[in-house]
Amino acid sequence: MQYLPNILFAIAFIVGIGYFTKNVKKLIRNIKLGRDVDVSNNKSERFKNMAMIAFGQTKMVRRPIAGILHLIVYVGFIVINIEVLEIVIDGLFGTHRIFSSIGKPYGVLIGIFEILAVLVFVSVILFWIRRNIIKLKRFWKAEMTSWPKNDGNFILYFEMILMTLFLVMNATDLHFQSMDSGNVISQFIAPWFSGLSEGTLHLIERSAWWLHILGILVFLNYLYFSKHLHIILAFPNTYYGKLTPKGQFNNLESVTKEVKMMMDPNVDPFAAPAEGTEAAMPEKFGASDVQDLSWVQLLNAYTCTECGRCTSECPANLTGKKLSPRKIMMDTRDRLEEVGKNMDTNNGEFKDDGKQLLDDYITREELWACTTCNACVEACPVSIDPLSIILEMRRYLVMEQSAAPAELNNMMTNIENNGAPWPYNQMDRLNWKNE
Amino acid sequence: MSETLKVPTMAECAAEGRQPEILFWVGSAGSYDDRAKKITRAFVKILNKANVDFAVLGTEESCTGDVAKRAGNEFLFQMQAITNIEILNAYGVKRIVTACPHSYNTLKNEYPQLGGNYQVQHHTQFIDELIKDGRLKVGQETTFKGKRITFHDPCYLGRANDVYEAPRELLRTLGVDLVEMKRNRKTALCCGAGGAQMFKEPEKGDKDINVLRTEDAMETQPNIIATGCPYCNTMMTDGVKAKEKEAEISVLDVAELIAKAQNL
Ligand code: SF4
Ligand code: SF4
Repeated sequence: MQYLPNILFAIAFIVGIGYFTKNVKKLIRNIKLGRDVDVSNNKSERFKNMAMIAFGQTKMVRRPIAGILHLIVYVGFIVINIEVLEIVIDGLFGTHRIFSSIGKPYGVLIGIFEILAVLVFVSVILFWIRRNIIKLKRFWKAEMTSWPKNDGNFILYFEMILMTLFLVMNATDLHFQSMDSGNVISQFIAPWFSGLSEGTLHLIERSAWWLHILGILVFLNYLYFSKHLHIILAFPNTYYGKLTPKGQFNNLESVTKEVKMMMDPNVDPFAAPAEGTEAAMPEKFGASDVQDLSWVQLLNAYTCTECGRCTSECPANLTGKKLSPRKIMMDTRDRLEEVGKNMDTNNGEFKDDGKQLLDDYITREELWACTTCNACVEACPVSIDPLSIILEMRRYLVMEQSAAPAELNNMMTNIENNGAPWPYNQMDRLNWKNE
Repeated sequence: MSETLKVPTMAECAAEGRQPEILFWVGSAGSYDDRAKKITRAFVKILNKANVDFAVLGTEESCTGDVAKRAGNEFLFQMQAITNIEILNAYGVKRIVTACPHSYNTLKNEYPQLGGNYQVQHHTQFIDELIKDGRLKVGQETTFKGKRITFHDPCYLGRANDVYEAPRELLRTLGVDLVEMKRNRKTALCCGAGGAQMFKEPEKGDKDINVLRTEDAMETQPNIIATGCPYCNTMMTDGVKAKEKEAEISVLDVAELIAKAQNL
């Protein structure tokens, strides 16, 4: 019986980590449903971007208030997690504050944790106020209903509770308080519990300890279902982020092949494909569903924090159009999850469900409202490129379905016929010279 | 307005057996659009004044394909690109200057993968260079001295290619009172024309993008809204009209300002 807590802890720990691992595997599988892209180049630049943007949060602080609050929560989160290491060791081996034996540095460490815990607590409250009382516009757009809206708040409640438990645990720990080092904050909380018997205090301390670690395990498993996944994926996502100038849209190799063939007078268009080459199975141009996107775009979708910085700078959205780059990312993730679940229930094979990203999630009206201005790409604090998905879907509409708006078809016919988007004669191109 | 401009074509240069220093890529808007043609002429006046050895493709130029690509028609884009690249390469073109940020972006960033490698500059960068090299002299005592001017960043020059300072440098040389809009440089709001929007009606909304951007500009109480893109010019001009401010605010390209300051 003496080992019961250790065993219970081990079980909780294994279940928590196990379920998390299972979902991570699913996540990787889903991301890999995307088309392959070569992003193996420029490793040093990529590392630099990851260090600056994800680790250094350089883009977060462009909006100073949210940026600094976020920085506090982020640093607090990382640093306080060192404490989790101690909790895990204590839990598994039945020790109590195993690291306290290192003496003075331990006090310093816990002191820092306690201060951070308070800062995190305050920041999280401010975040909550911004969302729910000040009602910052970007958190109240059309796509921020039901789950996305609750999700944002749940995370904040989680953090509040975890920080409270951490401080209560320290405040009711007689052994720790008697060390009188590192209890910079908890010494002021301890008197709230004065008058309670030693046994009761111990019970409270143990409960706080257990709830704290169980809370962390639950939170870990909550990530996969939440926008909070960005705390992990921001790193790979900024690493694989776009390196070329923002204005440069990718070149479709498959189109180049066909265009070159069309324009080469020496190629016989009716010749049978040469022996050994792929029998020309025409590649699908553009994207109508998530599998047509690249895996980096799918990683983008899972990384999106739903912060809405993109949408709040989108000219289309600012003028009341349906387009919201954040919604593009959320739709992509939702559809990808749907496809993933479909595969789970069909032994790993995707069974056509009569749905797709286009029309069932993202409407044409949204796609055609984009000015390709890159404001969303510039605004995103984690290097997401919503514009690339919009372009890929336009490609599908135009090249696979010839479904561009009529005015654009006219424009394109003009280019084909006279080399300009307007119906003017190419021979008049130099007329401006004499006007 | 028909003082003669010197505008040699690449074909003429080739016939004379010489290679001009730069190719001026006029672009479709610069060739056909009545408002944009004035920008083209203003830029050529500057080139003539600075004795720049340049040429245009003239009737051999064709749309870069920018709009087609952004509308999703990669086929049409690549056909345009490959046709243009064949001509540019046949003439041995090395340097290109253009007054259109869309052409600039496409030529600079999207032609290399298709075999077109050139050193490409936006006209504001080129004029800035002319001034710095002493080939073009602009004094501070210009007609624009002290005028409040705000610069609207074209998306395809600014965010797309990180060129923010060249046009501003030029405005400063004119001794103007340069005032920034709240949304400027990286966070500048689009004029509403990019991504093929120029050629279609906007989707349903509660406002037109160019009107919103004109409101941004009007907050700075400018005499002039300067820009560096024929599409932005059209959109901002329409915006100013919609606000019935055309008597107080004019919309001009940076090249036009430089040319006017020199009484060209
Ligand atoms: S690129 Fe398109 S989606 Fe992104 S901000 Fe501009 S208009 Fe909006
Ligand atoms: S795409 Fe980027 S900016 Fe937009 S909501 Fe997601 S994380 Fe925020």
